[in-house]
Amino acid sequence: MKRFVPALRGALQLVGVALGIATVNFFLLRLAPGDAVQVIAGESGSASPEYIAALRAQFGLDQPLWVQFYKYILKLAQFDLGYSFRQGTSVANLILARLPATLLLMGTAVALAALLGGLLGTLAAYRAGRWPDLLISCLALFCFAIPVFWIGLVFVVIFSVWLDWLPVGGMYSVSAGLSGWALAIDIGRHLILPAATLALFYMAIYTRLMRATLIEIRRKDFVRTAVSRGVRPGRLFRVHILRNATLPFVTMLGVQIGSLIGGAVVVETVFSWPGLGRLAFDALIQRDFNVLLGILLCSSVLVVLVNWIVDALYRLLDPRMRTA
Amino acid sequence: MNALPTPVSSDVAAAVSASATGYAGLPAHVTRGWLARLVRTPSGLIGSVLTLAILLMAVGARWVFPEDPLAMVAEPFLRPFADAALPLGSDMLGRDILAGIVHGARASLAIAASATLIAVVLGVGGGLLGGYFGGWLDRAITRVTVFFQTVPPFLFALAIVAIVQPSVATISLAIGLTSWPSLARLVRAESLRLRHSEMVHASVALGASDLRIIWRDVLPNAMTPVLVSTSLLVANAILTESALAFLGLGDANVASWGNMVGAGREVLRTDWYIATLPGIAILIAVLALNLLGDGLAAALDPHSAH
Repeated sequence: MKRFVPALRGALQLVGVALGIATVNFFLLRLAPGDAVQVIAGESGSASPEYIAALRAQFGLDQPLWVQFYKYILKLAQFDLGYSFRQGTSVANLILARLPATLLLMGTAVALAALLGGLLGTLAAYRAGRWPDLLISCLALFCFAIPVFWIGLVFVVIFSVWLDWLPVGGMYSVSAGLSGWALAIDIGRHLILPAATLALFYMAIYTRLMRATLIEIRRKDFVRTAVSRGVRPGRLFRVHILRNATLPFVTMLGVQIGSLIGGAVVVETVFSWPGLGRLAFDALIQRDFNVLLGILLCSSVLVVLVNWIVDALYRLLDPRMRTA
Repeated sequence: MNALPTPVSSDVAAAVSASATGYAGLPAHVTRGWLARLVRTPSGLIGSVLTLAILLMAVGARWVFPEDPLAMVAEPFLRPFADAALPLGSDMLGRDILAGIVHGARASLAIAASATLIAVVLGVGGGLLGGYFGGWLDRAITRVTVFFQTVPPFLFALAIVAIVQPSVATISLAIGLTSWPSLARLVRAESLRLRHSEMVHASVALGASDLRIIWRDVLPNAMTPVLVSTSLLVANAILTESALAFLGLGDANVASWGNMVGAGREVLRTDWYIATLPGIAILIAVLALNLLGDGLAAALDPHSAH
């Protein structure tokens, strides 16, 4: 029985978050000046009061607030996120179509950030207090403060406009009609700039984290014991140090996933990357709030799911967590 | 932005010497206040000087550039350093970029400061109440904190501002509402620790009320991490505000750094400096506050005092 307690708690958390977001969404929408009916009526040009009343009845906007709320939750429980009148399709379809592009962008950015941050942090920790450490720490400090949309534009100016090495935006060359490996390479070329832009900030975080963790671990007794046993430096680093240093790395992913999604929204807008963030921006411009709030709900669910994976990884990496 | 006005650093020096000699008759290493310790660390010195410079810029904007920064004052697309009257050139509407950046400091700092104030009130209040009283109140506050930590903060702020219309007040409120959870967790942990300290037990034994214990014992001793994370919260608020403005969710009646980058984006191909220069202002402001946070952490840490 005990084995199922964490899973049950996780499922309850997911339901709780979804309910919370749904409540916030529902009341947030009531704050918007004008409702959907006024927008539609305004666009159709002439709208008589009878027509507006009929529309209100059709959308259920004439019912008491708590009935509307109950119906909204009931629809959500059936994974119905509402309908986008602008795009002429259901919000769930729109989000599902855009999700892979965003996951590709975020996954590449995280991998890039972890790899570069891990390397730089290790270098800084092994040269602590000397000039490579100083240089890397300054770099991390700058990357930590750079506005993500600004560095994206700077990359576009340098690498696309001046040097003409990489495409300005989009996910693939529309007119080329590529397929197979050629398409994969084409997408990869389009991916480099957005992924690098998104990765910079997290690279700074990982660099600082790796440096601090390594300096701490190298002072531990088990490392000193290993050194006195004659373990060679390469093996010492791989087996004794690196494995312990991955734990905070994994934890950080769970902490940062929420802000990573926010960063993806901005980066996708800069590079016209056809993902969830770009969809959110379009919804924002068109005042298509069903889509915007659907994205908010789905990305919160994504945060919960990533934290589940982080917990599972943690148990895999640290045997102490399994018995506890 | 590159050359710092010299009066700023001498102001700091004066403030430092004042605080160092404030308590006459005691040996120097005892009297040295936290401000002196702050400016003795490199990051603290650079951070506080830059922050003071930006603050001065925001306060003095109306005297240095009395005319409206959104008004057309020159021919459009004037390159930087081409005209002595407009050292950073003009944008596509002929607005003075330097005046925009100096006035932008006002808007960015005002929004960041009020957003941080909201976050500090919510975070410190929630953390203190939950950590000190415990029980169902703590469980309820923790639940709300976890919820707000789960929702992606930038997307949440974006949705709020998009729906209730952007203005200085709504942007501050949205950023404040979405950035308090980390502070609440921090303060909760601190007050939970202090709640079971001997100092609080002694106050309870003396018959002090809960309010007095929170105000006199718990809050002052939890101030160090609060101060450090407040400077990081301000930095984060500046970044969030500029990103919102870049996406078109800024207050259109106010010159702001994010607005300027967003507008300059349209002419990025030919006149890259219009979008680039205000971005450097954001970078320096955020860098300054991060450095200040690092410096504060080092200066207020009792282990590094001597």
